[in-house]
Amino acid sequence: MNYVLPTVEWPTVMPVLIVVVTGILAVFIEMLWPKRNNNVIVGLGLVGLGLAGSSVLKQFGAPDGVTFGDMVVRDQVGLVMQLLLVGICFVAFLFSEGYLREKQIPFAEFYPLALWATAGGMLMVTTTNTLELFLGLEVLSIALYCLAGMSRQESKSEESALKYFLLGAFASAVFLMGIAYLFGATGSLDLNAITSVWPATTPMHHTLILFGVGMTLAGLGFKAALVPFHQWTPDVYQGAPTNVTGFMAAASKVAAFGALLRVLMAAAPLQEFWFPAMFWICILTMTVGNLAAVVQKDVKRILGYSSIANAGYILVAVLSHVKSPDKVGLGSTFYYLLAYSMMTLGAFAVVSLSAKGGKEGTRLQDIHGLWSRAPFAVVCLVVFVASLIGIPPSAGFVGKLFIFNDALAAGLTPLAIVLAVNSVISVYYYLGILQAAFVSEEGAVRNQSAKPGIGLNIAVLVCAFGVFWASFNATWVQKTATGTSVSQAQTVSTTTSPDRMGPSNPE
Amino acid sequence: MTMEPTGFGLLSVLLALPLMGAVAIALIPEKYSKAIKGAAFVISLAVFAVSLSILGRFQASTYHFQLVEYMPWIQQLGIDYRIGIDGISLWLVLLTTFLNLISVWFSFYVTKRVKTYFVMVMLLLTAMLGVFVSLDLILFYTFFEASLIPMAVLIWIWGGSNRNYAAIKFFIYTFAASIFMLVGMIALAGLNAKITGTWTFDLTAIQANVANGKLWVGALGMESMVFWSFALAFMVKCPMFPFHTWLPDAHTEAPTAGSVILAGVLLKMGTYGFLRFCLPLFPDAVIESVPILMGLAVVGIIYGAIVAAMQPDVKRLVAYSSVAHMGFVMLGIFSLTHSGIVGGAYQQLNHGISTGALFLLVGLLYERIHTRLFADMGGLKAQMPVFAALFLIIMLSSVGLPGLNGFVGEFLAMQGAWEASLVAANGLTLAVPIFAGIGVVLAAVYLLWMFQKVFYGKLNPKLARLKDLKTWEVVMVGCLVLFAFWGGIQPGTFIGPMERSLDATRLMAISEPGQRPLWSDTGLEVKDDGSLVQVLPRQINGDMSHPVELKVLAKGEYHFPIDPEAPETPPPGPGAGRRGARPGNAPGEVKQ
Repeated sequence: MNYVLPTVEWPTVMPVLIVVVTGILAVFIEMLWPKRNNNVIVGLGLVGLGLAGSSVLKQFGAPDGVTFGDMVVRDQVGLVMQLLLVGICFVAFLFSEGYLREKQIPFAEFYPLALWATAGGMLMVTTTNTLELFLGLEVLSIALYCLAGMSRQESKSEESALKYFLLGAFASAVFLMGIAYLFGATGSLDLNAITSVWPATTPMHHTLILFGVGMTLAGLGFKAALVPFHQWTPDVYQGAPTNVTGFMAAASKVAAFGALLRVLMAAAPLQEFWFPAMFWICILTMTVGNLAAVVQKDVKRILGYSSIANAGYILVAVLSHVKSPDKVGLGSTFYYLLAYSMMTLGAFAVVSLSAKGGKEGTRLQDIHGLWSRAPFAVVCLVVFVASLIGIPPSAGFVGKLFIFNDALAAGLTPLAIVLAVNSVISVYYYLGILQAAFVSEEGAVRNQSAKPGIGLNIAVLVCAFGVFWASFNATWVQKTATGTSVSQAQTVSTTTSPDRMGPSNPE
Repeated sequence: MTMEPTGFGLLSVLLALPLMGAVAIALIPEKYSKAIKGAAFVISLAVFAVSLSILGRFQASTYHFQLVEYMPWIQQLGIDYRIGIDGISLWLVLLTTFLNLISVWFSFYVTKRVKTYFVMVMLLLTAMLGVFVSLDLILFYTFFEASLIPMAVLIWIWGGSNRNYAAIKFFIYTFAASIFMLVGMIALAGLNAKITGTWTFDLTAIQANVANGKLWVGALGMESMVFWSFALAFMVKCPMFPFHTWLPDAHTEAPTAGSVILAGVLLKMGTYGFLRFCLPLFPDAVIESVPILMGLAVVGIIYGAIVAAMQPDVKRLVAYSSVAHMGFVMLGIFSLTHSGIVGGAYQQLNHGISTGALFLLVGLLYERIHTRLFADMGGLKAQMPVFAALFLIIMLSSVGLPGLNGFVGEFLAMQGAWEASLVAANGLTLAVPIFAGIGVVLAAVYLLWMFQKVFYGKLNPKLARLKDLKTWEVVMVGCLVLFAFWGGIQPGTFIGPMERSLDATRLMAISEPGQRPLWSDTGLEVKDDGSLVQVLPRQINGDMSHPVELKVLAKGEYHFPIDPEAPETPPPGPGAGRRGARPGNAPGEVKQ
């Protein structure tokens, strides 16, 4: 048997490489000039991420393809998700330094770890190879375990890291087991083998494949925080340092959905088996996330549950696409992920202001009167909350509009209705955040909070501006993200025909 | 779309002005509070001036949308920036800019967080104006929802003691109802797309398919479902019994200027929604649901009046009176007769003026005595004679005394209800106007009681040295009083321009498919020589002042069947019942 070296298309893997190398450089800088100044590392990280982002952008519009012996895929899904991940890391870097200093955990390790987590996510979303998927998942997860426990003097942070690690390791094992089943049934490590093997196989194989798909989905569902795999989310979100939480909430969701999309699309032929399950998971995710958020008293826990609910919304878009791929594109999924990333990251950035002098309080009453201490950040918080609620004209609204539309077009009306009901429930707790930050002041303990640094202001401005920008340029965003010229709704062309003028007007 | 983007015109200026004003105010440092107040007043004045120039350009002789502007927004869903006005929205736009001016004026009293306050007021103004000029369903929804945040913040920060509860209740109530309207809108556009093959949320395009009967034929169930998803949102906003419970809390807790805007403009979004969307888009469902809506309107009138009479708090009383008064608006609109719908639409404006003024007066009183409870008042007439006189006029306008504006609206609405129920149109019975009539009496009861409790009786010794209104306050309230008289003595000024649009809207609802009037989405204008021209869209970078092309549709006299000089003439004869439209009665008819 001849072993042929796989062809390598460097441009395709360049973004991941740049991010990884930037992370390594950051470690070296930290080693050679310890504790000098993290600003150099932040700057290096931002430049690296900028380069990675531009090298992703360069590939936009290039034909789909695989490289590295079918390990790395270049297609629109992967490119968009990669770009999102790079952007998320970029914004997280902007506001992290001030927060880490205020919290007195100025460990430069945050930056390389976040970069590697990003790289892991980027690997996950650009492959259909299950082992590669697992590799990406682990790179992402292990970096995040460390990051969650970064605030070493806080028991909450320790607890968060340990909980995340134990449950995450278990989920990874389940995922790995799923891969094993799939490999056993299809004889291939590639997800697409499911599609090709399924029609020809025996009931025995079917069972194996179903088990495999189910376990893979469970593993990814854990990362995406789908109910009933969501139990870790609130605790971990609450305990982890706020900048890490923001990064984790956005990045791991994007990566997990990128991978979930590939699994679901590959498993489309057997959707009669898994679709009902995913349908109910979707309903549960939205409902449980929102209902649980209502009773929370901690901002980070609220946002944690909100991220669960939002995962449900995104799942509606994904399921609509899988149900009728000819009618419903992936545009809404991309769009909502973008919107979600911006508003969640922005909200966490504002919440990170509640740290000062090594202490941090994230209960609702701890951010009372934040308005008078950091008006600009709170104005941006209003934008994020409005967008999370789905108040137009924000990206959150347009995203939900797209999802409604997809669900109705795909005939998933119950999901659209559940989504509508959940949007109403969510108003209550989102407004609670706003109320705490913006309104209640009298009688509240005058809390200390950090002065927003320039980085944080830029970060929230970028997110808030992005929320509006994406809303006003929704057409362009979707078109660019899906890489196809969206079939334009040529609005009614009968406008000039005589019967438009009505029966009582002269022709 | 055959229509080219038009670029931005006068209506966009109207929307952008307060928005830019908000930014400008945000840039003034907090310590220059006088400069902030001055800037807000100047901006409000400018917005009012722009709205007056819109009034000047408005052609009363057509029901079609005018000053139409169009820009694409989310093309793959057919969502556009499409705005324009007709007779119905014209006066609401003017009412909005006018009441905003008054409430900004009153807000000179505000001392707490002045900058944020006026930024919110300006944002709210943009949202409210946007609601009244949107011709795209999603754009309408955008403004409809966007008005929530500034209003909730106004209640939250500058509200009374129970403001947290009131603000959240207000927000959740209205948001919950309108999210289903959003689902309804998408369903509507989807059904429309099934016929035309293209997605659009353009009101005029969808209505065209309703008018020719393509959209709802044989689908009454679907039509009703979509109708109720819209109606629920508007019923909460109006508010109609039993969805009114957010209103007393929100009105009572809101700061005075907020109450004025809330009562004067925000409630009108509900009735306006019925007129603009429900009647033209769901004719059969509207006719089906007339008994329910009329019944709820009457219950609201009686219930609002009885509960108002029981209130110990003057602001709460005025708030409940809104429930009753908005019941009359609904009563008029859903009688689906000419006089009823004119009366309902006119009553919208009157309610804005008189209840707005009542809230303003209560606010002025509160600034002096810092209580709203009747128990602490009494005998104020001797202390504040000018205030008492102005209060009396406004109170009587709210009661509906002939010669003041409230009378005309209520009378026309009642007349419409009588006309409809005398011929038992749409399943109405005589109980409807009879009970509504009782409501008129009850209105006199609670409002006169209020006046008595505040101004007569024993003077509370704590209030012995009250100052009467200052000159600027008299001028401010005087503006509203002027309109109360104007509207009562010369209602034709206001009814004339909106009559065509109202009648077209009514015919869109009650005519058979194929007979229903249509809107032209490019806008029609009647020139001085009487010829009707279709104004075709302008080039985006071309000369904005001139239309690219004028298509003359009809030369000579552009005739409408209704004489503008005699607005109160009831056109439907005794035989006019369900589907009472006579062919040839359609507005927009051109005699050549």
